[in-house]
Amino acid sequence: MNITLKIWRQKNKLDKGKFVTYKLDGVSSEMTFLEMLDYLNEKLIKEDADPIAFDSDCREGICGMCGLYINGRPNGPEKGVTTCQLSMSVFKDGDKITVEPWRSKAFPVIKDLVVDRNSFDKLIQVGGYISANTGAAPEANSIPVKKENAERAFDSGTCIGCGTCVAACKNASAMLFVSAKISQLALLPQGQVEARKRVIDMINEMDNLGFGNCSNTGACEAECPKEIKLTNIARLNREYLKAF
Amino acid sequence: MTKLDAKIPEGPLAEKWTKYQASVKLVNPANKKNLDIIVVGAGAAGASAAASLAELGYNVKVYVFQDSSRRAHSIASQGGINATKNYKNDADSDYRLFYDMIKGGDFRAREANVYRAAEVSNNIIDQYVAQGVPFAREYSGYLANRSFGGVQVSRTFYAQGQTGQQCTLAAYQALSRQIKTGKAKIFTRRDMLDLVVIDGKARGIITRNLITGEIERHSAHAVVFATGGFGTVYYLSTLAINSNGSAALAAYKKGAFLANPSMAQIHPTCIPVLNDYQSKLTLMSESLRNDGRVWVPKEKGDKRPASGIKEEERDYYLERKYPAFGNLVPRDVASRAAKERCDEGYGVGDTGLAVYLDFKDAINEQGHDTIKGKYGTLFDLYKKVTGINPYKEPMRIYPASHYTMGGLWVDYNLMTTVPGLYAIGEANFSDHGANRLGASSLMQCSGDGYFILPVTIGDYLADQIKIPHISTDTSEFDEAEKAVKDKLNKLLSVKGTQTPTSFHKRLGHILWTYSGMKRNEEGLKKALLQVKELKEEFWKDVKVSGGLNELNHELEKAGRVADFFEIANLIIIDALNRKESCGAHFREEYQTPEGEAERDDKNYSYVATWEYTGENSVPELHKEDLVFEFVKPTKRSYK
Repeated sequence: MNITLKIWRQKNKLDKGKFVTYKLDGVSSEMTFLEMLDYLNEKLIKEDADPIAFDSDCREGICGMCGLYINGRPNGPEKGVTTCQLSMSVFKDGDKITVEPWRSKAFPVIKDLVVDRNSFDKLIQVGGYISANTGAAPEANSIPVKKENAERAFDSGTCIGCGTCVAACKNASAMLFVSAKISQLALLPQGQVEARKRVIDMINEMDNLGFGNCSNTGACEAECPKEIKLTNIARLNREYLKAF
Repeated sequence: MTKLDAKIPEGPLAEKWTKYQASVKLVNPANKKNLDIIVVGAGAAGASAAASLAELGYNVKVYVFQDSSRRAHSIASQGGINATKNYKNDADSDYRLFYDMIKGGDFRAREANVYRAAEVSNNIIDQYVAQGVPFAREYSGYLANRSFGGVQVSRTFYAQGQTGQQCTLAAYQALSRQIKTGKAKIFTRRDMLDLVVIDGKARGIITRNLITGEIERHSAHAVVFATGGFGTVYYLSTLAINSNGSAALAAYKKGAFLANPSMAQIHPTCIPVLNDYQSKLTLMSESLRNDGRVWVPKEKGDKRPASGIKEEERDYYLERKYPAFGNLVPRDVASRAAKERCDEGYGVGDTGLAVYLDFKDAINEQGHDTIKGKYGTLFDLYKKVTGINPYKEPMRIYPASHYTMGGLWVDYNLMTTVPGLYAIGEANFSDHGANRLGASSLMQCSGDGYFILPVTIGDYLADQIKIPHISTDTSEFDEAEKAVKDKLNKLLSVKGTQTPTSFHKRLGHILWTYSGMKRNEEGLKKALLQVKELKEEFWKDVKVSGGLNELNHELEKAGRVADFFEIANLIIIDALNRKESCGAHFREEYQTPEGEAERDDKNYSYVATWEYTGENSVPELHKEDLVFEFVKPTKRSYK
């Protein structure tokens, strides 16, 4: 099929950036979205043009490295997929596709579609862990964990840190990301000891890093490729209230 | 002849590690703060090592090419992690896990290292649970287990099909805590491009800042490579597309011997190649073979849909050929069997390069919900990639490049032949012999990182305390930096017509054809020549767009592909040298009448390690003889 791509180009952090339009023919519906961009880049290189910079690594929806705004939606029109899992079969011949990087103050653009999500690491660094030094752990079965709690903790723990939630949110809030980690650890007995400090520190850091506030519109849940639930934010709020 | 000393402690197998720890040299806590350690790569091995070393008080510097250490490809490990807890009361023990790994590796791994890996396995589960890994639980609240290929006990701990993600994130979080304390420092978006050796010791690395393009120098008292495997040398693989062999090659060129590079695992259950544009292959966890049955039609070229093929017209070939282990034979055996059926014309799907993995019976017996509970995330993943619903139709699968058992040679301390350079996790060679068993990679990575390296590195660093901060202002750093810059400039200056990716694809095709699941002398020799020619063509005609001082993915790729030629060369040389079949290395000349691997213990019971001897000269072979004190190598049978 033939498609027209309108892609955000920006040389570096300081550049103002602009949209550039590319016509691309010979696109197969069997390609993934990123393979289509690979195909475009191979073509651009052959034509002595500058290929489009975008991040990706595992290409199976687990590393969280990719993530693009496609036709006004994070990761495109399909539900529950990362950008690398999006198939070109959802598009048809003649389609116009607009591709943008994540837009958020906390995720500055590095080049073209590549953004800096280091602020997510900073959020984890202030408390997204259990302080169990190597060697200090008791026998794994000494503390039983309710099956349903382990499963809910797992569901929260499946967050891949891709930044979709922030990109989807009109306030650029990191509440879903933070709440997923808070919830995972709050649901486990091992996470209780530091629960109070963890939630306060992570919330404070979220504000420091320039993320916006949560106004419960639920765009994050609707767009999350791992379908992390809004109930995590409810739990985060409970944990936060409990901490004082 | 050998320059290799594995430094295996004396004494009975089960006492070696205990005795070693009792006598290993220690670094006083006050001195640790004066010692710097570089860790390259931060997956399950690198992050757990970096966190544990920082907790001990060392100054740790971590380098990753992704934007965060949470992205390392350990994150994609699916099925589980082994430990000898014996929670199932099925007679599991350290010895049994050790034996399974030695046998699974077709008697080509080092006994002492494998036993130690089994010994620390339980501590890993304890550690991960304490750090908040939500492993699957029984209704009692106690931990659940499942089975994996090549074993007859249930010792695998798991978190649905995302065990690697949960474990890697726990290690990442432990490292994050140390970053906050300042004991660890992380350098993201850095490509490690060379190792710096001063007076025969590893003292630093050269990195490229992938955003600015700046070439940087970093020094330390010791360097740890946790850089994973190089299965991407085959182009299509289950690995992340940026995974590479450049660290292994850099170490090799600075004097570290590369061991068994041809021992490459081709994983039997991956989503088959769908088209020419494909950039990677997706793994379907081996755990699926707990309940899935593998089959092809009994009739050659039968193109009817699976649902139209009656029960008596199906050939459950693994159950037929290997009744004792059935669908749970080890990976090398399952991969070869799939290839054999497809090569004979029984394959399914449009290309004929696929076999069925069928859950119909399991769903009928256990119910839809139980199967969903065990494999839901994997079924969803399969459906996303292929559009086929595996609850209704059997999955189509085919083998794909996955894991490298070979890697940097290390002694019992996990130190390479370059003093002060360590290799941990998939980057080293030591624990999996000629074939890795499922769920033992996360186990080995975590064991190396959390429990083994933090002890063994002290033995070396104890002698380094008198050496102050290592300067980067030395001739060795100058030379290494110059070599890196020269190579990058050379890549940019070729200005040819073909992209790095197009070369990578062609290289992968050569290796897959001649040095994949089956190999023979004639093909390998052909491959050796073809790789050489392709490499020459690359350096004459590669086209790398963009410049040095900017974010330039093409330049990154080009550098990696340039290194892949040399890795490929070593793989082929190693495969030619080993005139026997063992594990994943199957030489067609050496097989039993039934088509199984025929090992030659008399002549090849050794680790083949290769020493760099110069740009265009043949690497020198050094052998580490494998001494089996505690198990008797037997014919490896799963029948």
